[in-house]
Amino acid sequence: MRQCSFDVHAYDEEDDAIVSADDRCVGCQRCATYCPTGAITIRLSERDFRLNANWRPEHLMDIKRQAETGGVILTGMGNDKPYRIYWDHLLLNASQVTNPSIDPLREPMELRTFLGAKPDRLRFADGRLLTELAPQVRLEMPILFSAMSYGAITYNAQLALMQAAEECGTLCNTGEGGWPRDFRRFGKNVIVQCASGRFGVDFDYLNQAAVVEIKIGQGAKPGIGGHLPGEKVTPLVAETRMIPVGTDALSPAPQHDIYSIEDLSTLIYALKEATNYEKPVSVKIAAVHNAPAIASGIARAGADIIAIDGVRGGTGAAPKVIRDNVGIPIELALAAVDRRLRREGIRNRVSLVAAGGFRSSADVIKAIALGADAVYIGTAALVAMGCTLCQQCYTGKCAWGITSADPVLAKRLNPDIATRRLVNLVKAWSLEIKEMLGGMGINAIESVRGNRLHLRGVGLEEWELETLGVRGAG
Amino acid sequence: MRNLDRITNPFNDDKVIANCGIFGVMNTAGGKMSGRDVIEAMANMHDRGNGLGGGFAAYGIYPEHPEEYALHVMFETQRAREETERALQEWFRIGAQEPIPTRNTRGIANAPILWRYFVEPLQEEAIPPTPDGAIALTPDDYVVDRVMVINTSIDGAFVFSSGKNMGVFKGVGHAEDIGTFFCLDEYQAYLWTGHSRFPTNTQAWWGGAHPFSILDWTVVHNGEISSYGTNRAFLEMYGYYCSMHTDTEVIAYATDLLVRKHGLPISVVAKVFAAPLWQDIDRMPSPDRETYTALRQVYGSLLMNGPFAVIIAHQGEMIGLRDRINLRPLVAGSKGDLLFLASEEAPIRLVCPDVERTWAVQGGEPVIGRLFEGIVEPGVDRSAVYEEPCIERFYGHKGQREVHSLSGMRAAM
Ligand code: SF4
Ligand code: SF4
Repeated sequence: MRQCSFDVHAYDEEDDAIVSADDRCVGCQRCATYCPTGAITIRLSERDFRLNANWRPEHLMDIKRQAETGGVILTGMGNDKPYRIYWDHLLLNASQVTNPSIDPLREPMELRTFLGAKPDRLRFADGRLLTELAPQVRLEMPILFSAMSYGAITYNAQLALMQAAEECGTLCNTGEGGWPRDFRRFGKNVIVQCASGRFGVDFDYLNQAAVVEIKIGQGAKPGIGGHLPGEKVTPLVAETRMIPVGTDALSPAPQHDIYSIEDLSTLIYALKEATNYEKPVSVKIAAVHNAPAIASGIARAGADIIAIDGVRGGTGAAPKVIRDNVGIPIELALAAVDRRLRREGIRNRVSLVAAGGFRSSADVIKAIALGADAVYIGTAALVAMGCTLCQQCYTGKCAWGITSADPVLAKRLNPDIATRRLVNLVKAWSLEIKEMLGGMGINAIESVRGNRLHLRGVGLEEWELETLGVRGAG
Repeated sequence: MRNLDRITNPFNDDKVIANCGIFGVMNTAGGKMSGRDVIEAMANMHDRGNGLGGGFAAYGIYPEHPEEYALHVMFETQRAREETERALQEWFRIGAQEPIPTRNTRGIANAPILWRYFVEPLQEEAIPPTPDGAIALTPDDYVVDRVMVINTSIDGAFVFSSGKNMGVFKGVGHAEDIGTFFCLDEYQAYLWTGHSRFPTNTQAWWGGAHPFSILDWTVVHNGEISSYGTNRAFLEMYGYYCSMHTDTEVIAYATDLLVRKHGLPISVVAKVFAAPLWQDIDRMPSPDRETYTALRQVYGSLLMNGPFAVIIAHQGEMIGLRDRINLRPLVAGSKGDLLFLASEEAPIRLVCPDVERTWAVQGGEPVIGRLFEGIVEPGVDRSAVYEEPCIERFYGHKGQREVHSLSGMRAAM
């Protein structure tokens, strides 16, 4: 009963019975998981609306809620609508006969990846390398933890992500909500964000990190800013974000100093100046219709990394209508951006990081074959920590201590256990990626990058195959 | 524009797969050998081909035309020849032209018309600028460009090779029959390479045989490159279009890009194609560690991943290289000034029974023979040279182990 943070269960003293307010249940599974006798089962409750293909229960409920409140409907996590998931229509290749597959248990299998701008060529004189490379960050596997800000996620959740990033040899993104002081020791494994709200951005913030990321947009809510309600702005959150306690933390929709690509370039170079040209600067955009042209502009504006977040990317809070209707799938955006940058001969100049709903190691390797250097995982990391995708993050009532505002709920997440689970997840995916690489007869991840010949489409239409640059199976 | 793909890849595979036998011999002092031995060596590896392609490259065969580009061209029709010759006259000063001598050979049928032309690009002014007008063309670039034009736009014409004082002879048939057909026993070269092919794709087209050549670079190759898609996509950014869908083409273009355009030493190029593992790079001393890291960072897309053994040759140099985890065989042998490379040890011993030593080339370590310098790289791991297994592979004469260090080994060669 105490497990439920959504006040479903109550004890009726008179009847000496537990009563449930079924309609409040969000299906987070907390009570069922923690029930000592295994007595609880959570079932989808059937609404008694008459079946209607157009006016589905979701629409009726939303309309009724809006009729009551007159407000925008908020939600959490990524788009749950059945738009086509291209990962499920792409199949990988394997070696047979003409080319031996490689056993990752017996042979080295290399996943090391470097993010940063690469020159078009190297110059040597007398066997000595003359070319100096732009700053590069090293990842031991092509998987990073996405931007999730402190305030949206709990202190313990962010701590777990940073510890896991350090242990795995990868990076974790602070999100736009600043960077708590006592997490700065993880600097080598941290990407800091510089978003429209500029929360917590100062000289130390930029210089302690491994990468600085300019956040233009996010897959779950392209084109709109963020909103952290005042109730969630505790003293530590306030200090981290450099705002007064209890005030709403609002990040504007655009960055008000970026109204054009020239402005973006100015900010990129301002950040490079501030960090003495020692850190790669990343620009994160939501996957929108003309992503290829935007990406090309970003590359030319001087960014070292471009992160693209697809329509299925998660969020702590977003208007439902935006989350469910704006943006395009990462698969199509990624393939189009990679192709555009190659056609323009500038693909080397930037690293591409894909984000937005990666569910398994297979999704990751398929993204790399479509041209990504690495992928951001956010939702998958939260699930590893306990999240059940109940989509209530915006309420601050997360029953698993991940996005909870209530300090009692927040304590439910043990950061060391969560770290272990994150590390296990990344290790498991790395092993699976190695198996798949070995099957293809490849022993270094760079030989799959942009290698669309190792993908085949099934159940896709001609235009989709063309956009993905992949042939149909058979 | 002619679609070469239609001829070389009629089933529209991602790429054409072929397994092969390769052989190379070089006299590093510049002494000339007839093609007889190399034909014999290929005959010895008969079973590595299936009669659907064989070919040879020979260097130093046209001493009377040292400064002219020797174009070896095949024509399927007289019309193709006339059209090509009209074009050549427009682009080049033609020093000499003649049919390539052949003899009737059992097993060789349907030969195309085969001619060679010794040409020089016309005066600088006559070389049309590139479309954007910015890049100054060197004569080499001009020749490459014109060869691409012939190959892709003149129906029935295909240029086998276009280097100076060298030539490629290739066709459909067993390699030894192709060698006999082209009378290679009558040529004198200081460097020969040979190739017999076992394509899994049955289309037989003379232009599709190996060696694959661009300018005086030739590549004979045994293997399948799983990174082909990545390699090709990278090369496309630098203006190379892989029209024939073979791994070999990718290696040839990548070599041209890295050596001719980017100015990398060939020993460094070998470390791009067969990059050291990260675990080895991490153990290297500075500045090697930084250099190899940068190579993988920048040229990671040119890592040739998958099984391959390759002999790359150009004027004055022969390079043997295997994939970094030893998936395809390559054996080296030496005797005096002679350096041999082959898929197997047998052909080396056949043509040179008194070979002084033979050794297995180690994955990722290039063997480099250079004219007047000898064997400049032996193809064994330098860092591991004191470890037993490596020395074990480097047999001494009559199986005795007589070399115990790299410097000793070098001195011995
Ligand atoms: S909201 Fe969660 S904890 Fe509460 S009843 Fe539903 S499943 Fe159980
Ligand atoms: S983080 Fe918590 S609130 Fe958000 S979806 Fe997961 S379990 Fe639900």
